[in-house]
Parts: sequence; structure tokens; C-alpha cells
Amino acid sequence: MGDIRHEANAELPPLEVPDVMPPHAHGWWAKYVFSQDAKYIAVQYACTALAIGLVALVLSWLMRLQLGFPGVFDFITPEAYYQFITMHGMIMVIYLLTAIFLGGFGNYLIPLMVGARDMVFPFVNMLSYWIYLLAVLVLVASFFVPGGPTGAGWTLYPPQAILSGTPGGQQAGIVLMLVSLILFIIGFTMGGLNYVVTVLQARTRGMTMMRLPLTIWGIFTATVMALLAFPALFVACVMMLFDRLLGTSFFMPMLVEMGEKLSYGGGSPIAFQHLFWFFGHPEVYIVALPAFGIVSDLIAVHARKNIFGYRMMVWAIVIIGALSFVVWAHHMYVSGMHPWFGYFFATTTLIIAVPTAIKVYNWVLTLWRGDIHLTLPMLFALAFIVTFVNGGLTGLFLGNVVVDVPLSDTMFVVAHFHMVMGVAPIMVIFGAIYHWYPKITGRMLNEAMGQVHFWVTFLGAYAIFFPMHYVGLVGVPRRYYELGEPAFISTPVGGLNAFISVAALIVGAAQILFLFNLGWSLRHGRDAGSNPWRATSLEWQTPDTPPRHGNWGESLPLVYRWAYDYSVPGAAEDFIAQNDPVTPEPPGGRL
Amino acid sequence: MMIALVLALVVIASVAFHLLSPWWWTPIASNWDYIDNTLIITFWITGVVFAAVVLFMAYCVFRFRHQEGRKADFNPENKRLEIWLTVATALGVAAMLLPGLFVWKQFVTVPDTATEVEVVGQQWSWSFRLPGQDGRLGTSDPQWMNLDNPLGVNPHDPTGTDDVIVEGGELYLPVNRPVKMSLRSIDVLHNFYVPEFRAKMDMVPGMVTFFWFEPTRTGEFEVLCAELCGTGHGFMRGYVQVVEQEEYDEWLQEQLTFAEYANAVPVEDQPTRLAERY
Ligand code: HEM
Ligand SMILES: [Cu+2]
Ligand SMILES: [Cu+2]
Repeated sequence: MGDIRHEANAELPPLEVPDVMPPHAHGWWAKYVFSQDAKYIAVQYACTALAIGLVALVLSWLMRLQLGFPGVFDFITPEAYYQFITMHGMIMVIYLLTAIFLGGFGNYLIPLMVGARDMVFPFVNMLSYWIYLLAVLVLVASFFVPGGPTGAGWTLYPPQAILSGTPGGQQAGIVLMLVSLILFIIGFTMGGLNYVVTVLQARTRGMTMMRLPLTIWGIFTATVMALLAFPALFVACVMMLFDRLLGTSFFMPMLVEMGEKLSYGGGSPIAFQHLFWFFGHPEVYIVALPAFGIVSDLIAVHARKNIFGYRMMVWAIVIIGALSFVVWAHHMYVSGMHPWFGYFFATTTLIIAVPTAIKVYNWVLTLWRGDIHLTLPMLFALAFIVTFVNGGLTGLFLGNVVVDVPLSDTMFVVAHFHMVMGVAPIMVIFGAIYHWYPKITGRMLNEAMGQVHFWVTFLGAYAIFFPMHYVGLVGVPRRYYELGEPAFISTPVGGLNAFISVAALIVGAAQILFLFNLGWSLRHGRDAGSNPWRATSLEWQTPDTPPRHGNWGESLPLVYRWAYDYSVPGAAEDFIAQNDPVTPEPPGGRL
Repeated sequence: MMIALVLALVVIASVAFHLLSPWWWTPIASNWDYIDNTLIITFWITGVVFAAVVLFMAYCVFRFRHQEGRKADFNPENKRLEIWLTVATALGVAAMLLPGLFVWKQFVTVPDTATEVEVVGQQWSWSFRLPGQDGRLGTSDPQWMNLDNPLGVNPHDPTGTDDVIVEGGELYLPVNRPVKMSLRSIDVLHNFYVPEFRAKMDMVPGMVTFFWFEPTRTGEFEVLCAELCGTGHGFMRGYVQVVEQEEYDEWLQEQLTFAEYANAVPVEDQPTRLAERY
């Protein structure tokens, strides 16, 4: 097993960064508002992300009302509908999912799980949050400016994004969106550098890379990817801002808008799409890899079993991360790019399916002969696997260039990406919150509310998005304010759409219950103790719960083993903490 | 316990919905049944994998759920099993990719016999241009656009004078004749999409994109725009009438050529208002 477990008496390597206590904050403001403690920053990130996520959820209700009951709600005009989808999509992908996985879980878990006292650059880490908050506020401001937010679709494709036929195109909406994205990227880069350097340099003694919990591998790889991918979006946003404000023509060819010839000329709309998706596809994995990592740990802990094929899992994460930089144009099969690209991008896209499938196999094989505790985190992990497998498999339709031709830009695509990067990662976020809330607050979340939340969310989300594939297969295009009853539809989809909309309202309501639970359990939750799940990884071995500033009291923990010593033969308990030096002698000799 | 049952039910319900629900693609009206076939292969392979994985999971949850005294196995890795699974997956993926690439080659290889038809998109309507007697379309560029020349046909290109211009969103095509759709846009991205033809392609200002197909049955087919193009996106519709050759020829006779267009259509009847800068 090589690196995974040391002999108990082996020499531990020295620390790479000296063990210094991060400076203590003085005063209320420095402690609770402008905190430089990664744990506070994590909670700030997560609360902000959930708050803006709630806006996106309400927008999804409004869109579903329009799609399910067209013509009933007068205030949903076509302009408003396109503004809703744009803000909903962008908020969900960037301001909720990216922020909560990296800024939220990354900040909380990285220092604790690698055995560090904090992030290596606490001040920059704090700045990262405040710039993120500013980005969110700029985004929210666009709801209140004349013309409202942009309605260009979350892909912001020029030329329409900056022309008058699109809501916010010639007003402030698009400008605020671009500025907000630019701010987000600046803020993220500050946090991202921290996460990477902390994982590489500030691991405690004995915590080799191959002993890191998969959670850290997922967040680490995703952060490296984000640091490489976001600059493409940054450049695209800056150039589009120039096109919009200064009249440059990076993405604007000569064109005649509503009968009037504009002064643009020579630019390429497709160049924007390449830049956008060079960021956009890795973005899918920036959200997915932390989810992959976290869910691996949830499954191992709650099935009391080591994750199956740890090394394969690490390599799969790294390979998926690398490959996801050469598949971007599978979003552009019908964009008019040279058709020969289709061969290349279809091939690379389907190759990614192999390491992804391996991860799925290893999750379910971890369940095999486990001791499965059906706790809330485990339930959400199972729901993740179902929705992720479902959404991953429909990816094979859309990745396979020619099959994508009839399906692209239909509701099939909407169903696919919601399943794979909407519902599936959100299941992991919920599972992770139920799992780590006890460490963050010292109290358990209420189980009964959690059960209701789980069943409604899992079955409801499946009921929303599974049938939606067939709406797309029928031929219904996405981003349609109102389709009517065109002749190509032999069985009307109206009833199905109404059903989906009702399911969406119910699922949304269940999220309110969840948010209530978060607040309620803060006071009334059962006392959690320091290690309620009897888990091995370091964050559960802190001297205090919730962990204090500096995390580890007097001295850093020493690490003697990987994070997956569950149910080790011969051991007294069914888990051995990573910092426990004693390896039991199994009945049949050493493994 | 309950979750094991529910997982199994999710599989059963999904398969039942797939097989029994009335929602399925609209009957095809082009030569691209190859695409439909590839789609069917993909449905089968992915459906089997989905059912297998989720049912296996359901079984594990049922069989290995926590009970008093249960202890999990300790087996970190199993090289052989992992290699087997990898190889099997790679084969499954290849079984979908290879037919897919094969059909893609056909999709992007326009037959020599195809006649060319130009589709021009603008916010939010469709126009068309068909080659005249000479069988060729003249060149075009936005710089030539004006009231008499809404599609920007190059007035100095003699091949363009006999081109047939159709504004107003109804295109006739002869059945069983391959056509190459040359796609242009004069403002933003659009996408020419007819569900029955299975094919679609973006229209990009500043460049000409294309796809080809062969209509295989007569009838009226609705054109939808499938690329977000602003507020009117959902209302940007048109029609393709696939007809027998004679009917097509008759229709073509009635249309105006580029040369006639400027003189024939009074300014107030023209669908777009164009700046008089050129
Ligand atoms: C209950 C949960 C949700 C519901 C009911 C919902 C519903 C919708 C609807 C109705 C659309 C517009 C479809 C169209 O007309 O094209 C949409 C678009 C979108 N959604 Fe969601 N959504 C949900 C959650 C999420 C989540 C968690 C994500 C995170 C990835 C997400 C990402 C997106 C994106 C990226 C778009 C595309 C926006 C665009 O076309 O520009 N959604 N969603
Ligand atoms: Cu259009
Ligand atoms: Cu459109």
C-alpha cells in the first residue's frame, strides 16, 4: 500500500512551514466581521452564497410558472423571462456553487483536514471574501437599474448581449454583469492561491499528498483548474466591456441591427464562445470535483469502510481535471465552427467518460460489504450517485457530436446539465452541511426536518428533471418564453410542463425548511460532541468543537495513516484516527 | 431500508416512463435517420448502465445496511476488478463514439448533387435566397445592404442578379432532393432548426455556416430559432413547405429575382426599415 500508511515508528518528515500561531484578532470587528480566520471566512462565504442562491431559486419558480402556465402571469414578460434565466443560471453556477464549494468548504476544510493552523495568507483570504461580496452586490444592483439586469442568457453570447434587442444590452444590465464577473474572478484568485499554497506547503507532519482525504484532492484540483480557467472568462469579459463601452470590435463583426448599420466591424462572435467555454467547461468540473471528493468521504465515513481504490480515485480526479481543458468546444458543435473540430472534441469528451465512470464504480463498490449507516449525509450521497449517473449518461448523448445536433439547444440540454451540475452537486452540498454542521457549530441538525428535506428534494428534483429530457426529445427548444402548440408536437407537453412546475415549487419550499433548520438547530440542536460520526480525518480530532482560532491548541497533530482506516481488522473500534499512532496487529499478519 | 426500495423504484419508474409515456421525438422527414439510430444505440447502452448501477446500489444498501454487530470488510484496492471495469467502459464508450463519428462524417460532407439555398436570419424573421437560372448564388456582404437590397447581395457580381429573394418566412423545397442550407445572419446569432429534419446550425453574423439534408416527405414544417437572439427569440418562426418538383417550380416562378426586387416592392411594404446610408 506504499504511501497510504506508515509503520507506527517510522520517521515523520519535518514541517515545510514553521508552526506559528496566526495573530489573534483584537476587537469585535476584527474577530467577527473582518475576520482573517479561514473558518469565519468560510461561514461568511457560505451564508452569502446561500442568500444569493435563494434569489436564484425564486427566479426558477418564476420561470417555471411561465413555462408551466403560459399566459397566466402577466408580469412575466419575454424581457423578464430572459432576465430571469440569465440571472438564475449565472447565480447558480458562479455565485452559489463555485463560491460555496471553494470559498465555503475550501476555507473551512483545507486547514483543518491538512492539519494547518490557518490558510497561509490570512489577510488575502479575507480580501477574497469582501471582493466576492462586492461582486454579489454589483450583481444584485443590476435588478434595480433602469432596464433591469441583462437577459443575454448566462452564456452572454455577443453580439446580442450588447445590443438593444436584448434586455439590458444597451443599458446598464450587461455592464454590471461583466463588472461583477471581473470582481468575482479577482476575489476568487486571492482565495484560490491560498487554497493551493496551503495544501502544498502547510500540511502537518506525516500528511503526505497520498494521505489527503479525497475532499482535499477534489477542492485542490478544482482550485488549480479554476486558476487556469477563470482568466479566459476574465479576458472575455474585459473585451466585451470594451466592445460595449468603447466601441472596439473584438467580438463584433459588421452588422445591421433593426435596419441600422452599426459601426462595428471585423470581430468574431465565435472567438467569444471559445473563450467562454474554455472557462465554461472546466467550470463544470470546478463544481463537480469538490463534490466528487466530498461525496467519497461521506460514503466512506457513513459506510464505515475505506474508499475503494483510493489511488485510482486520486488519479481519476487529476486526469479528469486535465482532460477537461481539451473538451470545451463540445458546447459548440452547432456554433458554426469548422466541422472537423467535431471529431476531436467528441473523442476527447467521450474519453473523459472513462475516469468518470471509474469514480462511480468505486463509490458503489465502497458500499459493497460496508456497514451502511443511513444517516442524512449518506442519503444525500446516494441521491448524488443516482442523479450524477443519470446526468453523466445523458452527457454521452450530447458529447457524441452527431447525436447532439438534434438535441442541442433543446430542453434535453437543460435537463442534462441540471441533473449533472445542478442537482447532483447540490445533493453533495446538503450532505456535506449535514455532515460538518456539528463541527462548525457543535450541534447536530434536526433529523426530522432533515428527513423531510431529503425526501422532498431528492424525489422532487428527479421528478422535475427526468421528464424534462423527454420534453427536449420532442423538440422543445430551451430559452423559449412561449412555444405554443406547433405541429411537430403530437402529444402536447403542456400537462407535463405544469407537473414539472408544481414539483419545482414544492422542491423550492423544502429548501426554506432547510434554511430554517440551519437557524433553528443553532440553538436547539442536539449537542454533537467532537466526533459524532466517529470519523478518522483530522478535522474531527481538534481539541475544541467548534475549533478555536489556530485549530490545534498547543501543538500540531502528527499524521500516521491515510484517512480511510475504517473497520480495520483487529482494531478495537471501527475507525482509527489519522493522528493515532497505534496500528493494530491484524489476526492474519500485516496487510 | 426505505431508500433501497425507493432506489429500485426510481429505476423502474424511469424505464416505464421511457417505454410507456407518449413523449417521443416527432416523426422524421429527412435522411438523418442515421442520427436517430445512433441516438437509439446510446439510449440502450446508457439505460442498461443506469439500471445496473442504481440497482446494484439498491442491493448494497439493502444487504449491507447497518445492523447490530455488522462490520465492514477492509479491502483497499482490487487491481483486477478495476482494470476489468475500465476496459469494459472503454468498449462501451467506443461502441457509441464510432457510429457517431461515422455519421458525423456524412453530416459534414455535402453531396455534389445538393442545390444551395441561403437562409438569412435577422431579429426576428427569416429570409431566403435561391439560385436563379445559373444555379449559383451571388456573393453577399452587409456593406451592400440597403432598402432595395435587404440581404446585402453584391450588386457588382453578375451571378447574383438572377438570385431569387424570398422575404417573409416561407421557403419551398422539392422533396427527395439534397439541399445545402447556407446560413447567414445580419445582426446576432440565430439557429435554423426544424425538428422534423433533425439538423440545425447556428447562423453567425460575419460568416456563412451550413448543413445539408434531404427532405423525404412532403408537408409543412415549422422553423424555430434555436439560438437566443433577444426578446423575440421565442417568436422567430417560419415555415418550410416540402413539395413535389412541379409545385416547387411553379412557386419559384412567382418569386422575385434580385434584379426585379428593387423595382417591384414599394418601400412601405418592405418588412424591414433600412438606413439610407448607402
Ligand atoms: C429547483 C431547482 C431548479 C429549477 C426548477 C430550475 C429551473 C430552470 C429553468 C426553468 C431554466 C430555464 C430553461 C429555459 O427556458 O431554457 C433554467 C436554466 C438554467 N439553470 Fe436552473 N433550475 C434549478 C436549479 C439550478 C441549479 C442548482 C443550477 C446550477 C447549476 C442551475 C443552472 C441553470 C443554468 C446554467 C441555466 C441556463 C440559463 C440559460 O439558459 O442561460 N439551475 N433552470
Ligand atoms: Cu433568431
Ligand atoms: Cu433566436
